Amino acid sequence: MRHTLAVLVENNPGVLTRVAGLFSRRGYNIDSLAVGRTENPRISRMTIVVEGDDLVIEQVTKQLHKLVDVLKISDITSEEYVDRELMLIKVNSADQSLRAEIMQIVDIFRARIVDIGRKSLTIEATGDEGKINALEQSLRPFGIREVVRTGKIAMLRGQKSTSMESKEEE
Amino acid sequence: MKLTGAEILVKSLEAEGVDTIFGYPGGGVLNIYDALYDCNLNHVLTRHEQGAAHAADGYARATGKPGVCLATSGPGATNLVTGLANAYMDSIPLVALTGQVATNFIGKDSFQEADITGITLPVTKHNYLVKDVKELSRVIKEAFHIATTGRPGPVLIDIPKDISATRTDFEYPETVNLRGYNPYVEAGQEQINLAAQAIAGAQRPVIYAGGGIIASHASAELKQLAELILAPVTTTLMAMGCFPENHPLSLGMLGMHGTAYANYAVSDCDLLIAVGARFDDRVTGNVATFAPDAKIIHIDIDPAEMGKNVRVDIRVLGDVKNSLARLVERVSAKMATEWQDKIARWKKEHPLSYDQKCGGLKPQYVIEQISELTKDREAKICTEVGQHQMWAAQYYTFTQPRSFISSGGLGTMGYGFPSSIGAQVGCPDATVFNIAGDGSIQMNIQELATAVQYELPVNVAIMNNGFLGMVRQWQEMFYKRRYCNVEITAPDFVKLAEAYGAEGIRVTEAAQVKPALEQAMASSKPVFLDFIVEKEENVFPMVPPGGSLNKMIGG
Ligand SMILES: Cc1ncc(C[n+]2csc(CCOP(=O)(O)OP(=O)(O)O)c2C)c(N)n1
Repeated sequence: MRHTLAVLVENNPGVLTRVAGLFSRRGYNIDSLAVGRTENPRISRMTIVVEGDDLVIEQVTKQLHKLVDVLKISDITSEEYVDRELMLIKVNSADQSLRAEIMQIVDIFRARIVDIGRKSLTIEATGDEGKINALEQSLRPFGIREVVRTGKIAMLRGQKSTSMESKEEE
Repeated sequence: MKLTGAEILVKSLEAEGVDTIFGYPGGGVLNIYDALYDCNLNHVLTRHEQGAAHAADGYARATGKPGVCLATSGPGATNLVTGLANAYMDSIPLVALTGQVATNFIGKDSFQEADITGITLPVTKHNYLVKDVKELSRVIKEAFHIATTGRPGPVLIDIPKDISATRTDFEYPETVNLRGYNPYVEAGQEQINLAAQAIAGAQRPVIYAGGGIIASHASAELKQLAELILAPVTTTLMAMGCFPENHPLSLGMLGMHGTAYANYAVSDCDLLIAVGARFDDRVTGNVATFAPDAKIIHIDIDPAEMGKNVRVDIRVLGDVKNSLARLVERVSAKMATEWQDKIARWKKEHPLSYDQKCGGLKPQYVIEQISELTKDREAKICTEVGQHQMWAAQYYTFTQPRSFISSGGLGTMGYGFPSSIGAQVGCPDATVFNIAGDGSIQMNIQELATAVQYELPVNVAIMNNGFLGMVRQWQEMFYKRRYCNVEITAPDFVKLAEAYGAEGIRVTEAAQVKPALEQAMASSKPVFLDFIVEKEENVFPMVPPGGSLNKMIGG
């Protein structure tokens, strides 16, 4: 099963290497990892999507906790949360007659065309993973030249949060 | 007054109570060596940085204090790596200091630059690259704190050359403030109660003790618990000596080369109390058949070890000493039952044994003699890695914690000799032995010059079988005796010792063993004892890799 972990870390040099290194070293599979700073500039947040059964996730969490720079880990998989991913996708559009069809798909997914080349269209889309995957699927028949995805970021719904002040889950 | 980074380093080490460092100089640490010129720290110059790391590790294991080693940038730093990995696997508190090229040269493939924090990331508990001299004293404070608390381990501090030269105000911090590191864990009362209940209900309990007992100084509490509930105690390689092996409840070591009775007891018990141990594959054999009928209590400080390899029923997370002491308060004394009889029978029917009569000098006999001659002294028994290491664990009767010093997790040939030097430096009055193979001793033999220079009377007992014996044994047993590159030549160890200014003694017969050992122990010099032993002796019992503990060869 796939789990989404919200991890708060000290914004120290090398912290990304420490976390990424731990995953590869212990043979855990990262589906995606997104990092950025938080409301506190000294703390960064990583949203990590990792594949594994409960035992693996327990190990991942505990091993992460052993890193001195890791401050807090919340497994939000079973919580109510909002998640988003940003994708840029470049699609073949040499055949002018198909452009309208592409634009229709873009509309349906509430995506946007951000660049038009002679032979390609570049589309920007945000949404949860399901939507992003579906859009990519729909555009595949036209020929995809390049996909850039940020990886998922997530936030708990309502009053709950995973920030430093809120109480640890588990 | 403002101090240079190098002076701050020295003052900080003094503030931490460090008395000895093991090191090797070079361009990247010239500033640091210049500061060492004026201080009272004892510096032991090894002949290789790997030797410095292992010596610091041996010092730590022998004394219980953190070991400190120092190396220059680039090759000096990379030479420490095996030593760090070794300390990491065995959870030994170590602080490694390395020089680094100046900050404005970092990342430019400068002369003697190596990304040592990157390289050692997987083999240190934590590491630092100091980029501002103002951080240096805080980093040192944190490094010692991290190395010595919780589950101990090595910490590396990389110090660029400009940082050791830059001046700043010095004040050694009194406290550390690490939000992400909370090593002081006390087990919840509920968990202690659950464990006590399980003990009360058990018919056939066994205690499986690991290195955590030694790390947390919990030998006394372990003994109390064992005697109270009459549970036999088996120890891992890391824990030899934490429970006296001459005690009637002792089962000796378990696992691949454990005693038959320890392995039978673990396979047959209905309650396994694992304390400060981590269910290593050399201990468990096939996990599916490990302690199949047992409820398992796991008492440990590292939550990541709980359920990592083996299912655990009751998790007691916290300092081992504290947990054991509280458990002792909660359990009531148990009466002897058939279980104790059964164990006594196993001990009688399946003792450790070897054939004294046929063949040449037996390494097991040599080790028994070392055991006999050192039993009334403070002794530190270090080992290299191989058959001799297993025989040392089997045939030496350990009664004191910190008396057995051996590379467990990493299995590092070349560890024993430098670690014996560290142990002797830390415990000048102890009788120190390094039980070695003719292969392993050649891996860090250069340290003989160190032992001679510092007048450290370590005794190196080489079980010279002309083979990389342990590998030969596996080739014999699992590869149809197709011996491939396991025959190994060696120099004349007696002449070699003499060339270094040490003493050398060759022993070829059983009758010479005792007098030779007595001569060595009486000598004030380091001594190489070259025991020419039976070439193709095997270590038994043996659980074949991945096999079940109760299915031993030669049990
Ligand atoms: C650094 C290192 N290289 C290789 C090995 C693999 N290895 C394990 S035991 C062994 C043989 C050790 O031979 P020796 O020191 O002569 O001891 P013996 O087994 O003969 O007692 C080898 C090569 C190791 N453990 N460590």
